Amino acid sequence: MKKHIISVLVQNQPGVLAHIAGMFAARGFNIDSLVVGRTEDPEFSRMVIVSTGDAPTLEQIRKQLGKIVTVVKVRDLSDQKCVERDLLLIQVHCPPEKRSELGHLCEVFRGSIVDVGPRSIVIQLTGPEDKIEAFVELCRPYGIKALSRTGVIAVPRASQTENGSAEAPPRRKRIRTATATTPSGTLVLPPS
Amino acid sequence: MATKPQAKPAAQSASGGVSPIPDVPKAAPASFVGKSGAQALLDILVEQGVEVVFGYPGGAILPTFDALYGAPIRFVLTRCEQGAGHMADGYSRATGKVGTTIVTSGPGATNLTTALGTAYMDSIPMVAITGQVATAAIGNDAFQEADVVGVTRPVTKHNILVKNVNDLPRIVREAYHIARTGRPGPVLVDLPKDVQVRLIENGNGEMNLPGYRPRSKGNPRQVRMAAEAINAAQRPVLYVGGGVILSGASEELRQLARKAHIPVTTTLLGLGAIDEIADADLALHMLGMHGSAYANYAVQASDCLIAVGARFDDRVTGKLETFAPHAKIIHIDVDPSSISKNVDVDVPVVGDAKAVLAELLPLVEYRERAEWFAQIGVWKQRYPFGYRERPGEILPQQVIDQIGKITESKAIVATGVGQHQMWTAQFYRWRQPRQMITSGGLGTMGYGFPAALGAAIGCPDKLVIDIDGDGSFQMTCNELATAGEYQIPVKVVILNNHFQGMVRQWQELFYQRRYMAVRMANPSFAKVAEAFGCTGLEVRDPKDLPDAIRKMIATPGPVVLDAHVSAEENVYPMVAVGKSLHEMEMGGMA
Repeated sequence: MKKHIISVLVQNQPGVLAHIAGMFAARGFNIDSLVVGRTEDPEFSRMVIVSTGDAPTLEQIRKQLGKIVTVVKVRDLSDQKCVERDLLLIQVHCPPEKRSELGHLCEVFRGSIVDVGPRSIVIQLTGPEDKIEAFVELCRPYGIKALSRTGVIAVPRASQTENGSAEAPPRRKRIRTATATTPSGTLVLPPS
Repeated sequence: MATKPQAKPAAQSASGGVSPIPDVPKAAPASFVGKSGAQALLDILVEQGVEVVFGYPGGAILPTFDALYGAPIRFVLTRCEQGAGHMADGYSRATGKVGTTIVTSGPGATNLTTALGTAYMDSIPMVAITGQVATAAIGNDAFQEADVVGVTRPVTKHNILVKNVNDLPRIVREAYHIARTGRPGPVLVDLPKDVQVRLIENGNGEMNLPGYRPRSKGNPRQVRMAAEAINAAQRPVLYVGGGVILSGASEELRQLARKAHIPVTTTLLGLGAIDEIADADLALHMLGMHGSAYANYAVQASDCLIAVGARFDDRVTGKLETFAPHAKIIHIDVDPSSISKNVDVDVPVVGDAKAVLAELLPLVEYRERAEWFAQIGVWKQRYPFGYRERPGEILPQQVIDQIGKITESKAIVATGVGQHQMWTAQFYRWRQPRQMITSGGLGTMGYGFPAALGAAIGCPDKLVIDIDGDGSFQMTCNELATAGEYQIPVKVVILNNHFQGMVRQWQELFYQRRYMAVRMANPSFAKVAEAFGCTGLEVRDPKDLPDAIRKMIATPGPVVLDAHVSAEENVYPMVAVGKSLHEMEMGGMA
């Protein structure tokens, strides 16, 4: 079960998000996160969907997305090098005596304190998902009062054109079991 | 008593006359500016070649019905929106054209959803126009408001709410284009009342579908690989689905089967792709749960399975793990998401069946395959479709056998869903594409009768017979009023066993005959028919059966023949759920 980042260019029309979300629900696919935003062209929006599943499932997700009329382009970014970012806003319990300690932690992760109250602070942090998750774990002992994440957005790296880094997806095996065959390797069929 | 069919099917050409009726859009009006939404809609319907609309009026669609007044389009008023949808679907299946239905908002649209789902599962091109409350009222729980785009999203190929009247010509055009191209399907356009009234100010109505590019031709490399696999095969089988009918590829398929010398089995929706009489030596008939033993054995023993326009449905494959275990699988389909969905495929070819088969044809070579055909011949002889006659009782299979003989296998046949549907598939001999009209994917009981009415309106020169079950027929028999009003000459044969036969069969086989909610206390179908302005007939004695069928066909207008058949006859062969395709219950057939 691999994590996949799928970038979907869609027509900027009402109902497109519902259509895509509905397709995922109806076919039993997972959505870990889904981000929608405008692109450089007002006619199109981009969705970045993070989903986990085996190779055949992801192949189906790509194909089913491609079938939706308002979907213009589907790209699985996990087959290639890409820059991915998640944005975290976290409000942490923080009495005055803990401020410097949390400030230091924040510096290590290159986050920034964006609001300070008498008993808590709000920290902003961007980065790939694992970095965000590590930081959240470190904040937990202080007491998390509120947390919000955007989910991953991603674009392919500019520098990967020379080497088609995309690895061919593993070939799916035909589903077969031994029970269909006798020891001699032939089916149990009526005698001819 | 006349003995000839009242309406003679059209003459058949040497090739079997399989070319689909062209469905080419006519010239577009120069401009829509200044027209109301409803008027522009009518213009586009005419441009798209719509000859008949099935539907039902209501408050939110009134402006469109006003525009239909005096329009050069025939309107068929049904008795329920579900019937309208099935008629549009049956019309489409019989003619190859896009069926059109116009209904109102709220309950009109929700009644339509079963018909949309039926068409969606079987990839039938249809456009549904639904009224919607005025844009200002949307979201306020207005009278007869429903989120129709939300409700119908999973049962349509595409659907859209028109918010701005300037977009209407483009959207309706796109709807027809999307419905009929690629893997066809139903498209719904939701039309608020004020949008139907507003005047168009700008926009040229040109299509804008940057994400919609259905593939026609196959990748030449993949086609070559497929041809190599076919030429190398010792025991190939063509497994043909509804995609071949939809793309009008029956002629190409027949040529391929003859040229490469490959036996052909069809799915329920593929029936008629091959002429089971003219090409009897190649025809394996239907495969799957209630398919022929020889088709199922052939698939299981095959070393190369060529799937064309089929989707490896669970009713076809049986237990997936052991499906065609020795076969290299070639899959030709216009929908990439069908490929490797249920069964992993060795040679995928994405493309339209007609185009790909035409590409494949020059690359395949004739092979004798004497051993393979000898083996199939043995299976065919040993395990034919059959039934044991019982004195004094009409057997359901016998009725279909007789209808087949009397109509010379030339009628368009619609069915409901259940035992009668499977017997019809097994015992009628299919010769032409678009001859079998049945709900395969969704399995919609009540589909047969309205679909037959739609088919009869689309093909007035052909004999249309609905072979129905007593359970199925009663789900939509309100449409007898439509048949009576317009005197649509559909002949309905009800295989009346006073049971929901297929559910009863499963309760008999898997639930120790604990018959729960399957006994049907039926009305007199003949009297019901008469009350609705149709002719009602009844037959109970097998001796009277041929004459009753002839009388039904000879009687003008809509006729219902209530055939009282054996109550507890079962459909065999049967592959039980979870069994492999070759592990069939023969039910004493063999």
